[in-house]
Amino acid sequence: MSTTLAGFADPVLEAQRCFRALLEAMSRPGRVQRLATGLEPPSPLSQAAAAVLLTLADSDTPVWTDAGAGAADWLRFHAGCPLAAAPEGATFLLACAAPPPLAALQAGTEEEPHRSATLVLQVAELREGAGWRLTGPGIESVHRLLVKGLPDGFLAAWTANHARFPRGVDVVLCAGDRLAALPRSTRIEEP
Amino acid sequence: MAYVAVKGGEQAIENAHAWLAEVRRGDPAVPELSLAQIEQQMSLAVDRVMAEGSCYDRGLAALAVKQARGDLIEAAFLLRAYRTTLPRFGASLPVDTGAMRVRRRISATYKDLPGGQVLGPTFDYTHRLLDFALAAEGEPPPPAPEAPAEETAMPRVTGILAQEGLMAPEAQSDAEPGDLTRQPLAFPADRSLRLQALARGDEGFLLALGYSTQRGYGNAHPFVGEIRMGEVSVELVPPELGFPIEIGEITVTECQMVNQFAGSKTEPPQFTRGYGLVFGQGERKAMAMALVDRSLRSAELGEEATAPAQQQEFVLYHCDNVEATGFVEHLKLPHYVDFQSELEKVRQMRATAMREAAE
Amino acid sequence: MTSTAGYNFAYLDENTKRMIRRALLKAVAIPGHQVPFGSREMPLPYGWGTGGIQVTASIIGPDDTLKVIDQGADDTTNAVSIRRFFARVAGVATTERTSEASIIQTRHRIPETPLREGQILVYQVPMPEPLFRLEPRVTETKRMHALADYGLMHVKLYEDIARHGHIAISYNYPVMVNGRYLMAPSPIPAFDNPKMDRMPALQLFGAGREKRIYAVPPYTPVRSLDFEDHPFVPIRADAACALCGSRESYLDEVVTDDRGGRIFVCSDTDYCRERQAARRRDAAE
Repeated sequence: MSTTLAGFADPVLEAQRCFRALLEAMSRPGRVQRLATGLEPPSPLSQAAAAVLLTLADSDTPVWTDAGAGAADWLRFHAGCPLAAAPEGATFLLACAAPPPLAALQAGTEEEPHRSATLVLQVAELREGAGWRLTGPGIESVHRLLVKGLPDGFLAAWTANHARFPRGVDVVLCAGDRLAALPRSTRIEEP
Repeated sequence: MAYVAVKGGEQAIENAHAWLAEVRRGDPAVPELSLAQIEQQMSLAVDRVMAEGSCYDRGLAALAVKQARGDLIEAAFLLRAYRTTLPRFGASLPVDTGAMRVRRRISATYKDLPGGQVLGPTFDYTHRLLDFALAAEGEPPPPAPEAPAEETAMPRVTGILAQEGLMAPEAQSDAEPGDLTRQPLAFPADRSLRLQALARGDEGFLLALGYSTQRGYGNAHPFVGEIRMGEVSVELVPPELGFPIEIGEITVTECQMVNQFAGSKTEPPQFTRGYGLVFGQGERKAMAMALVDRSLRSAELGEEATAPAQQQEFVLYHCDNVEATGFVEHLKLPHYVDFQSELEKVRQMRATAMREAAE
Repeated sequence: MTSTAGYNFAYLDENTKRMIRRALLKAVAIPGHQVPFGSREMPLPYGWGTGGIQVTASIIGPDDTLKVIDQGADDTTNAVSIRRFFARVAGVATTERTSEASIIQTRHRIPETPLREGQILVYQVPMPEPLFRLEPRVTETKRMHALADYGLMHVKLYEDIARHGHIAISYNYPVMVNGRYLMAPSPIPAFDNPKMDRMPALQLFGAGREKRIYAVPPYTPVRSLDFEDHPFVPIRADAACALCGSRESYLDEVVTDDRGGRIFVCSDTDYCRERQAARRRDAAE
């Protein structure tokens, strides 16, 4: 039973630290943040992805995940979040494999673009200094980010997501205990 | 430097608070007020603080009144700031005011009606002459005469009208109402949210707005269908039990205003309702709330909204006295940085104007 | 001092913090857009910084060093009161030095010392809606933001120029964020507006009574509205600080007597003190 695996040892202070890493990640797109938590989430959840959900999700935010029943139980137990049956009903999505299409997720309205989903996507590796060229708010000139293990077609989907600003989905990429964020305002170009 | 005195600092705050504590207590030769005295003898102040503080607790409200030196808006603020930190255990079932243990019940639309008119403990028909006997401490008054308890039902006046089809039916919904202590107001606000805002709203503001609807700012033709005040039980369904249990009793005042409605393309002429409900004995507030509730329904009833009391944003954004008092009073915080900008700007514009005048 | 036992770290309960944190992340993702949030009653009155306090309470941790200023000064009463609140409910280190702070909560000023990466500037905002004097209905202004329809503001500025020869706004001067959203910079003097442009630090804005949060991410273009033939000009008193001699900083005018005597001193007390210390060091050498 995966709910026996612990959540945050200190829910108040660990959530605060994780949130600051997330805030920094969202403010400086593509910069890789390391989360130092003692979390031991059930497979296939990475430490970073699990910490993001425990930090942000609760009974007000339906969560959709493809991580399987064990991981879903663990999330529901520790975050107290309802599980969304369909991706379009979710505030947070945690994808371990190919995620649902970005265009299918809540993107908000022109008046209320903040009513949009956040996709937490597990990838194989995050590395700065190579790969994509990121530009936009939060980036001084150009930031380089290499992401390994993304599903095919992500870049095209992202370009469409960026183009409908201010509507859109925000993405948090997680690999192990590391994460980087892509707010909808970020423009990605191939190297 | 002389200018340093302008800046406050820690010591000034400490001293001000000490002084506040001293004047709050007043002359130590005068016996200190107890919370029980406030709760019992200033009970309408306690009721108002509970209503505008959105927290039904007579003891805490009495404490807030004492701490606030009798400033009821400050007391409501103290209670709200305490309330917001409390954990939520659940939501009660809707209270049934039809089953109220009534202490007061009057109708202005019928001379007599099933259950009768009950004046209850009211200021109405007292002559507002200062009673100097109260200035002296004396014996408690003899108990008021009590009629034998009758088990007659007290149907609501609006129900009597509804039987004849004269009362516009209210939209029924079992949907969970929004909670504006957790979610900010969004417009258009549905009626449950509007009523929440009004129930917490400032009595004086709602009174003035309700009054304005009677004076032609909004097309109101109100009658007091019924006012009732008394005790209702509060029930909760604990998830582990699955059936309702009574967790206590609260005093509320309910006002149902009946308004003529000329009808629309889809609705025949009939009466419509304005509704007011407040914690405690708060008749003036309940009546004003009912007037304003009705005028805020103008959009859904297809009436032209021309008066302030008909405008949702105007009414709901400005009825909260904790918000209003904070923002009005923040003007006493230093603004000299902005004022300096204005000074420079006005000097610059004067110079331009004078130069042009000279040319 | 009353006890804070029974209250959570940084006063707010965790549910409230999560709600505000979610709003903050969306605000950062949509620079300049006002995100509504379930603002709570705080133990300080609305209008006295409850929005800034809720933002600070939701981000602050034990490793932070907090600076609080009001009118640029650390020792104004409301700044003292808010700093004490956080020292009490979060037990964090506080400082008056801009360079040492990781979080700076401010009312009405941006510090003169340039902010750097790793710092967060939290603004207390009374009226988040830049258009409210022109259109008080939020349902209308929401639509204008959705359409990026800011004609109303341009007309107002144009009328100012026609009537006065220049734009008659000296503080809370409206800005465009990343070329998309019109934003109220809070009532900072227009003098401070250029500091917002491409600032390396993160800027967060909290309006408690109006229940809005918004943000400007680092290095984001922030442009004060103007016209080609009437460019934006930040203004300050044409004087030098009587204490440190600065001719660059924003100045408070201090009336010294009732015969028209006045001096000017830096509004930013930390900046002024640092400069005075440097002068003394130079003099000693």
